[in-house]
Amino acid sequence: MPATDRPDREQRPSPEALLEAAVQEGRGKLKIFLGAAPGVGKTYEMLQAAQAKRRDGVDVVVGVVETHGRTETEALLAGLEVIPRRRIDYKGHTLSEMDLDALLLRRPQIALVDELAHTNAPGGRHPKRYLDVEELLAAGIDVYTTLNIQHVESLNDVVAQITRIRVRETVPDSILDHADDIEVIDLAPADLIRRLQEGKVYVPHQAERAVRHYFKPGNLTALRELALRRTAQRVDEQMLTYMRQHAIRGPWAAGERVLVCVSEDRGCAGLVRYAKRLADRLHAPWTALHVETSRYHRLDEQQRDRIADCLRLAETLGAEAITIPGARVADEVVSYAQANNISHIVLGKSERSRWFEMLHGSVVHDLVRGAGGISVHVIAGESESEGTLPAKTIATRAPAEAFDPIPYVITAGFIAVALGIGLVLQQFLSVQNISLVFLTGILVSAIRFGLLPSLFACVVGVLAYNFFFLPPLYTFTIADPENVVALFFFLSVAVIASNLAGRTRDQVLTARSRARTTEELFAFSRKLAGIGTLDDLLWATVYQIAAMLKVRIVLLLPGDTAGIAVRAGYPPEDELDEADLAAAQWTWEHNRAAGRGADTLPGAKRLFLPLRTGRAPIGVLGIDRDEPGPILTPDGRRLLEALADQAAVAIERIMLAEDIDRARVTAETERLRAALLTSVSHDLRTPLASIIGSLTSLRSYGESYDDKTRETLMATIQAEAERLNRFIGNLLDMTRLESGAIELKPEPIDLAEIVGTALQRAGKLLAEHRVEVDIDADLPPIGADYLLLEQALFNLLDNAAKYAPPGSLVRVAARREDAMAAVSVSDEGPGIPAADLERIFDKFYRVHRQDRQRAGTGLGLAICRGFVAAMGGSISASNRRDRSGAVFTIRLPVSADAAPELMAQHG
Amino acid sequence: MASRATILVVDDEPPIRRLLRTSLTAQGYDVLEATGGQEAIDAAEREKPDLVILDLGLPDLGGIEVIRVVRQRTSVPIIVLSVRDDERGKVEALDLGADDYVTKPFGVDELVARIRTALRHRFQAQGEKPVFTAGDLAVDLVRRSVKRGGEEVHLSPKEYDLLAELVANAGKVLTHRHILSKVWGPAHTEDAQYLRVFIRNLRSKLEPDPARPQLILTEPGVGYRLRDAG
Repeated sequence: MPATDRPDREQRPSPEALLEAAVQEGRGKLKIFLGAAPGVGKTYEMLQAAQAKRRDGVDVVVGVVETHGRTETEALLAGLEVIPRRRIDYKGHTLSEMDLDALLLRRPQIALVDELAHTNAPGGRHPKRYLDVEELLAAGIDVYTTLNIQHVESLNDVVAQITRIRVRETVPDSILDHADDIEVIDLAPADLIRRLQEGKVYVPHQAERAVRHYFKPGNLTALRELALRRTAQRVDEQMLTYMRQHAIRGPWAAGERVLVCVSEDRGCAGLVRYAKRLADRLHAPWTALHVETSRYHRLDEQQRDRIADCLRLAETLGAEAITIPGARVADEVVSYAQANNISHIVLGKSERSRWFEMLHGSVVHDLVRGAGGISVHVIAGESESEGTLPAKTIATRAPAEAFDPIPYVITAGFIAVALGIGLVLQQFLSVQNISLVFLTGILVSAIRFGLLPSLFACVVGVLAYNFFFLPPLYTFTIADPENVVALFFFLSVAVIASNLAGRTRDQVLTARSRARTTEELFAFSRKLAGIGTLDDLLWATVYQIAAMLKVRIVLLLPGDTAGIAVRAGYPPEDELDEADLAAAQWTWEHNRAAGRGADTLPGAKRLFLPLRTGRAPIGVLGIDRDEPGPILTPDGRRLLEALADQAAVAIERIMLAEDIDRARVTAETERLRAALLTSVSHDLRTPLASIIGSLTSLRSYGESYDDKTRETLMATIQAEAERLNRFIGNLLDMTRLESGAIELKPEPIDLAEIVGTALQRAGKLLAEHRVEVDIDADLPPIGADYLLLEQALFNLLDNAAKYAPPGSLVRVAARREDAMAAVSVSDEGPGIPAADLERIFDKFYRVHRQDRQRAGTGLGLAICRGFVAAMGGSISASNRRDRSGAVFTIRLPVSADAAPELMAQHG
Repeated sequence: MASRATILVVDDEPPIRRLLRTSLTAQGYDVLEATGGQEAIDAAEREKPDLVILDLGLPDLGGIEVIRVVRQRTSVPIIVLSVRDDERGKVEALDLGADDYVTKPFGVDELVARIRTALRHRFQAQGEKPVFTAGDLAVDLVRRSVKRGGEEVHLSPKEYDLLAELVANAGKVLTHRHILSKVWGPAHTEDAQYLRVFIRNLRSKLEPDPARPQLILTEPGVGYRLRDAG
């Protein structure tokens, strides 16, 4: 069956798929009627299908059919030709086997061969019946056959496990895989058992007990499932084959889904690759999941990088990468897996210590316990990670927030308020309880401003409490030891509470900013998906990055020459100096960061990062900001990488599309060049051949010819020379069109006059046709160039003369259509094949017919279109409705300055 | 004709000169040849030919320049050999005083007809042959009457003037500018739309099938020509 490795960018039919299709050709087709157990009615179904074919006039012959004496099955044999069986004497028994040679000699279209798994009697050509079938197929005979699922080789073990009966007669899986058609004959277990009880199922007597055991509902259900699943698998493969033959890309439908858990562990990249291999083998979609617990905030930057990199790696390998927040990793993974029909979970063996696991529990254990029916793959961490995911070499700056005194001032205010309230409440409350008022103030500032201001509040609050409430009042000394203890606890509670509140605030802030970032990323990717041109895409990218990271940015792409050049920037006027360009070039060539803050060329003003997809580097990003020091915070760098990845994929998409367009244009140019050569050599030489031939004939033998012959030859010379002249005129017109050398001299034109002129010039060409002119008398003049329009009309007349038979009618009509005038030339020729109606105006395009090719140049209509378009009009081709024949219609705007007409008319 | 007319053929292409010499000699003309512009001017001065056939695309002096110079000295009829797509050159040559043109590649019959027309106009004083006939059309320039199949055709004064101008130059091409200037006056030389309308009217009154004119012919991009009966 199809090889498992499947290149991701498969777009053309894969060679092996086509090969497979080729092998299939010429072979007979195999149809298998597959059943879960004996007695489901396979043979019956097969015979019904055969009878249907026979009624359709197909030559169906019975090779071998076991009816086991069932009357309704035997009845179906009526009318079918049966090849007599061959008798074989074996150890005193007479066995009858299918007569393969007779069947091959008979060569029916379809042969019925029952019980594919049957073992032939010794002495036959093949030991197994399926080999007989192979030979029939190879001879080009279609075969209908029947098979029970327990006979399939690979399922043999499973069936034995289910039924505790091991079947000896097996057929290889490849028979099933190569079958062109599999029909599952399905019968509910209850119905089958009833049939068994009614004696409708053939059971050899000697095996009756075993068979009774076989036909238990549980067994039958399992077998039935096996049969259906095996067929489903076969259908999947068939679809796969079909998709490959027709170059349809995924998604590949399959029941399996793989989930890989991404953590900060070093082996994570290996884990992702393992998941990718697993998903490939299963033809399954896969997801990389990171559960972000509160621990994330305690990870160092390197670990956070690793998570981000792993997720990106998974994405480039084709996974969906997801981060979800949660408290317990195992719970989140399991609930995600169950919600998304995941069948395989891949995770790494923990690097954590035993102590850690005893304290926090083991994710692996919890997961295995919670996973239920989902397979859990625990993979030993590969220590390759450092090599595959290079350590970050870009210096980043701490996300230091500048010292802002305002929170402290406001915090002091809170404490002052608390003090005021405390002084008022002093009348009613004990001194110890007053501390609660201060605690409230401290908590408010912790929630409002975070840890540091709240610690400041603690200190101020404690001092104020001491100063104003603890005797001796208005000193920082404390007389009562009890109050010392109270003050100590107050301080402890305040610090712990503010710590907690501060951390909660930080988490809320992080979550909020993450949500915002995610939203922006999502919006960005949606925006990118909608952009069709490279310039718009680059602009959107630089704008987005500049706005999100508050940096200046340039984006460089490889130009036509070896180097890369700035293609977009924000602010747009940015330009690169020599040092920056060198750094950008280095980044491009080495696919690594360079410039300010990087290891290489740190002297450059900007930091350059490669823009790459899973396939190849795409370009280079250069960023810069006014403040000195490293440009990005760690979060910023991760964001930048996410943005750059999205942009890179989008840029690659558009560049690929452009490549395809370019290739198409090149191919078209090639075609035109070839057509031009053919046309020029053919169309120039043919008339020349006639001219030279006639002339030499006249010179050499002219005296011996009678007048009529001489006249004929001379007429040929003249006609061919004129044809040559027309062709050269066409070539010149085409050249003028293409070089843009058309000079328009638009003037109001009387259609009647111009049609007359064109007819006058085409007089000789149309000498054998009847011509009818029908022009509306009140048609206003049209604005056009006289010579171009005349040439266009002439070409249409020339075309009609060429394609319509002599004696037929060529009709030129003109009428008004709102602001346009339409001139049409219709003939009584064969018309234009519908498929050619558009292409007929293409250069060098000629309608091909069974009969000889008409002597056209393939230029005339192209020139018509070019000229008419240059005059702001349009030309179209259609077929006549009333009879065969083509209609060409030129539409041109009615002249704007019709006023002088009237003046002149009355003048 | 009293004596054999002499024709000066000016073309730089030997095959064309050979063709013209052979054909025109056979038609009873004396043929002189010149290969360039200056040579043509000299020959026109010296030999006083009755007609000049002049290729517009000469290598040394442009054909236009030759016409300019020759016209300053003599009124010898000049027939221009031109190529298609050079309508501007044709009009320029005609406006400078060339009498007619033939487009290359041309038929000798067509060229000979032009030569005859040009020579007739040279040797005949205008009005010498007061009644012009073509098919069933008869135009009497003295009586100002136009008859078609014996029936009087009513023409407006301008229509008649236009027809008269065409008749006076029957067989010769007339540029738009020439006709406009003659019929409407020098101030109207750019008003080609007047001309078009009147030509249409004339055709509808005089042509058997106005859609396919046989009498008043359009020379695309140049002007009109009245088909010469003779």
